[in-house]
Amino acid sequence: MRHHFILRIVAKLLIPLILLFGLYVQFHGDFGPGGGFQAGVIFGAGFILYALVFGVEKAGNVARLTIVRVMVAAGLLLYGSVGVVSLLLGGNYLDYSVLADDPVHGQHLGIFLIEVGVGITVAAVMITIFFTFASRGRS
Amino acid sequence: MEHLIVIVLLSFLAITAVAVVMLHDLFAVVMLFGIYSLLTAAIFLVLDAVDVAFTEAAVGAGISTVLMLATLALTARKEKTSLRFAPIPLLVVTITGAALVYGTLDMPRYGDPTAAIHQHVAPDYLQRGPRETGIPNVVTSVLASYRGYDTLGEVTVIFTAGVGVMMLLGSSRRGTKRTRGKR
Repeated sequence: MRHHFILRIVAKLLIPLILLFGLYVQFHGDFGPGGGFQAGVIFGAGFILYALVFGVEKAGNVARLTIVRVMVAAGLLLYGSVGVVSLLLGGNYLDYSVLADDPVHGQHLGIFLIEVGVGITVAAVMITIFFTFASRGRS
Repeated sequence: MEHLIVIVLLSFLAITAVAVVMLHDLFAVVMLFGIYSLLTAAIFLVLDAVDVAFTEAAVGAGISTVLMLATLALTARKEKTSLRFAPIPLLVVTITGAALVYGTLDMPRYGDPTAAIHQHVAPDYLQRGPRETGIPNVVTSVLASYRGYDTLGEVTVIFTAGVGVMMLLGSSRRGTKRTRGKR
């Protein structure tokens, strides 16, 4: 990897923009195209690009595998617990209208939370799958 | 003009598919799969399905290409070819293809307002969505709120895929040389 100067510089310039774009897609999904799934994939792709250019070990220092593995489950748990909270507040499972005083605000909050959950799980799964494949090739 | 774009994209799609079948260099095949997904994303864009196009471009052209390249690094780059003629697979593929083409004959025309899909719950969502959820993008409100169970199921599928890959490939330190010889 010592020789790929252009690749490394371009990757360094692009990765922050990719991650920023991922966050934009995540939080702008209510208004434009996008949402948790696409954002998670873009966010994961940023890390995968880093791992491709700088090596899997260095990428492992940035995104620790144990933390990423916890995030795989955390996103899904966040999604499911939004449903449990709406159950406890007297609504149906995943009925967000009861989450706030105003049903429209409740819907907004619920959709925001489950999109974040989707994004976390998708990004973590993409990173995990790539790392698992890549580290198997080395051993 | 739109018809012309769609025809060009679809013929590129067909050419790419034939090239994927004909080539034996798997690296080139993976690259062509990426191009195929990008063309599909462009077609979705022409059909005004921006959210689907977005996903197709990110997942199909981006992530799957990388994952298939990672798989190629673990296996061989050339396809093992057999020159033997196999009649049963050819028969199965022909019958399935014919059945699929026959199925499309019953489908409503593209953009037909009387099609079943536009009569059932879609008008209801379009009317209620912006009022009840306050979200301008109807796709998001349908996916996240009205079809929240389905999306939960999709996320569970992705979660299961991640866990499955971790369990199958992640434990490379355990049971080292013997199992690797068998592969």
